[in-house]
Parts: sequence; structure tokens; C-alpha cells
Amino acid sequence: MSKVIKILGTGCPKCQAMTGVVKDVITENNIDANVEKVEDIMEIMKYNVMTTPALVVDDVITIKGRVPSKTEVLELLK
Amino acid sequence: MFDWLQHFADWLIYSVCGIGANTHLGTALNFFIYDTIKILILLFIIVFIMGIVNTYLPIERLKNYLNKNKLYGLEYLFSSIFGAITPFCSCSSVPLFIGFVQGGIPLGVTFAFLITSPLVNEVAIAMFLGMFGVKATLIYVSSGIMLGTLGGWILGKFNLEPLLSDWVKNIMAQKNQQDYYQEEKRTFKQRIPEITQNAWDIIKGVLIYIIIGVAIGGAMHGYVPENFFNKFLGGGQWWTVPLAVILAVPMYANAAGVVPIIQVFVAKGVPLGTAIAFMMGTVGLSLPEATLLKKVMSLKLIAIFFGVVTLAIIFSGFLFNMIL
Repeated sequence: MSKVIKILGTGCPKCQAMTGVVKDVITENNIDANVEKVEDIMEIMKYNVMTTPALVVDDVITIKGRVPSKTEVLELLK
Repeated sequence: MFDWLQHFADWLIYSVCGIGANTHLGTALNFFIYDTIKILILLFIIVFIMGIVNTYLPIERLKNYLNKNKLYGLEYLFSSIFGAITPFCSCSSVPLFIGFVQGGIPLGVTFAFLITSPLVNEVAIAMFLGMFGVKATLIYVSSGIMLGTLGGWILGKFNLEPLLSDWVKNIMAQKNQQDYYQEEKRTFKQRIPEITQNAWDIIKGVLIYIIIGVAIGGAMHGYVPENFFNKFLGGGQWWTVPLAVILAVPMYANAAGVVPIIQVFVAKGVPLGTAIAFMMGTVGLSLPEATLLKKVMSLKLIAIFFGVVTLAIIFSGFLFNMIL
């Protein structure tokens, strides 16, 4: 089943950096996943995060407040 | 500590480029090279240290700590200190605000964080260290933290909850779904690359402002006559402080660009207190921040918030000019 990945962030440079990393990892490793960017602050707050960007994989918050490395994202998506 | 850098700047400008040490251009370029590199080194060190502190003391920890302990007023100070060490990004001020009030943190304590966060940040500290030295930096940082503490405490005295936006009121009503914080289990070594990367990213982001700021500052040094500002800003007239702050608030500038210019003002006769107050006005309060905050609070509350902080900055400007 394809994974549902959500990137929470209001569009700051760090959020864009995270989106870039995640998309690279997915294409490089042919991972079956659906990436969605959540930019609406009211939606973001439903996840109870205090620092953006945050990475949500199948409704679990995995990373928040920082830009992860490719290897880290790959670990999470395996 | 930076002797070697001065030698390098001398060598680069006077020997390699062959511009004379006694020419206007030579000294200006020498200043520029020396100041820019020094600030970049300081910035990297400070961001790196703060990165280490932050990875072990994430904001969720403060939230839980404030929530669980009775602190008899110290919570304002803690919140303000945390605001100083947390890297500021205007885009995370709204999530932080919601996170705090959602976690049951009083509004005043939340404001203490919100005031200090942009006021005292890694870029401002590095710029101050580089341009004014250790003593002025300590004064800047401690007064920024005091200002947040006091401002938060004063705002906490008003009954401001009704002035929050409906959305926030709803969130507050359904309070606290999950209040646990999961510690990251990565080792120090695993965290280092990301901290370093983050330090580089911050430097890349402000590099252009540092270069422009130092260049303008350097140019002004050469062309603004000594004691130029004494005539109308340095004479110690009481109204210069409020004027500087009121001019500064609508302006929004990166600390990296402001400090080198302020340094010229001080060198040419503006009292340090007035200059610090001006700087706090530019970095601490801004229109973009107000627009973001509109999501969580009414215009009236934003006006009260800005008003209290502006007054506090003016007050601290007076205080500096008296004691410095």
C-alpha cells in the first residue's frame, strides 16, 4: 500500500528544503508514496506540532522543526 | 583572538592587492574584509553552540516543564530565556503561540517567549560581539531577556483572552489532547551533521545582509564627519530615544544589516542606549509579524502587544543611557 506522507509547513525556506529532500528520496528509491504539502496553519495545528517543518508518515509525526538528511528520510520510509 | 585575521586582511589588501595602507580605499577594504570574516566566524560558532543546546532542549520540553511546575513568577523568565536560545523564524511564531496556549501556558508567559524570540537571536548576538565587543553584547542579551520577562508579565496582568481569535479560543476550550513529549534517541554524533548543516544554512541566509551592512557601515565611516549625530541625536535630549524607537518599529530589517550601521551611529556620537533601543525596535517588532499574528489575535490585542513592547524598549533605552 502506498504511504501517505504529509509535510507540514507554512512555506518557509526550511519547509521547502524538507519537501525537496523527501521528493528526492522517493524518486531515487522508487518508493510508492503520496506526498502532500499542508500549508494551512489551521490544518497544521491539528497535528499539535510547535515547530515547522514537520514530516508526517501515515499519520505519525516523525520529524519536526528541522530538515532531515536523505538517509534519515529513507530509514523512515522503508 | 582575531590578530591573525587582522594580519590576513593587511596582507590581502596591502600586499596582494597592492592598495596602500594610507589610502582611504585601503583602510576601508581592510575593515570590510576583517569585519565580515570575523562576524562569519562568530556567527558559525554561536549558531553551532545554540544548535547543540536546542537539540537537547526542544521547545516541547519547556512547555511540559512550565505546565507541570509551579514557578512563582519565574516562568516568565524561563520562557523569555527560551525565546532567546530558540532560533527565530517568523513562520513558526504562530505554531509556537498555539502550542503554548493549547498546553495550558498562561498568555503572559507565552508573550514573554514571543517578545524575546526575535529580539535576541543568534545573528544579533554574533553581530554585536563582532562590532561592539563582549560587554555590550552581554548588556544587549540580558536586557532583551529582561524586556521579554517584564513585557510578558505586564501583558499577563491584563485580561487578554477575550481578544484572541475565535479559532484560538476553540483550541483552548478543547485543551490538551496529547501532552507527552517523546525524546529523540539519537546520539550526539548523529546530531552533529544536522547542527552543522543548519549553521551553514543560517549563514548562507544572512551572508548577503552582512556584506551589505558592513559595506554601508564602512562607507559611512569614511564620509560621515565625526560627531555628526551629536547635533541632533546625541545631545542627550530625552525625546531622541522614543523617536528612534518609533521610527524603528515599522522598519523590518535583519539584525545582520542593522548592527554595522548602528555601529557607525555610535562611533559618530549617538549614545549606545539610543542605538540599542533603535535596533530592538527594528528586529523585535515588525509589520510582517503583525500580519502573521492576526491569525491568532484581534487587531486590538496586537496593538496592545506592540504598544507594551514599544514602551518597554523606550524605557530600556533611557535606562541604558543613564547607566552606560
